[in-house]
Amino acid sequence: MRISTGYGAKPASGGFETFSWYFFRISGVLLIFLVIFHLLIMHVTTDVAKTTYDFVAARYSNPLWRLYDWLLLTLALLHGMNGLRIVIDDYVRGRSVRLTLLSIAGTITLVFLMLGTITLITFPIPGK
Amino acid sequence: MYKGQSGMWSWLLHRITGLGILLFLLVHIVDVSLLGFGPAVYNEGILLFDSVIVRFLSLALIGAVLLHGFNGIRIMVIDFWRKGVRYQVLMFVIVMVLTIVGFIPIAYFVLGPALPFLHPHTTTITK
Repeated sequence: MRISTGYGAKPASGGFETFSWYFFRISGVLLIFLVIFHLLIMHVTTDVAKTTYDFVAARYSNPLWRLYDWLLLTLALLHGMNGLRIVIDDYVRGRSVRLTLLSIAGTITLVFLMLGTITLITFPIPGK
Repeated sequence: MYKGQSGMWSWLLHRITGLGILLFLLVHIVDVSLLGFGPAVYNEGILLFDSVIVRFLSLALIGAVLLHGFNGIRIMVIDFWRKGVRYQVLMFVIVMVLTIVGFIPIAYFVLGPALPFLHPHTTTITK
């Protein structure tokens, strides 16, 4: 497998590493806005101790907040796990160990994406 | 090689903060999934974030997020602006300044409810 740092010049070959390079940057720009607003909502305009079930219910009565949180979940998880993939590529030399770790990382990505998505979708619509 | 130079430190900080944020993200997806167990379980769980230790951990996370985000912009400026690499050291200084400038006010809001002499939330709940 080709080794990429995700840092520095854009991979010239095309294919997945080039896609990964662009994905880091596009998701990164979006995440700056999504994360900063998320932090302001959860720590400044409301103290974290007051972000109770009712607080979530009030937000999720508007489906756009679910979409917001789903975008945050998906972009952050894929951005972060793609970073972990590069860290594994950087430090793990053995072929079989690397393949094992990359498989575990891929599984974690899928499981956590599903868990988060299920949480968002199955939260009841308030008042129903 | 850029060992020992500013480029190495920004690279290392970017990597460490990225991994730290990822670790929190995985924990956070699990704690938010407590919503599926109803209000009693979720409200019990969220109280954990009210403790002083977790407030300091949250603040460390927020600092990491600010640094990673601002340094990410610096990386993109180096990538897409022809003269970017010439100013990478200056931009790293700007990244650190912006991180600290952003960190101080949010620290006031995050730690305030735990430190009685600060009171940013005028309607802070009493448990």
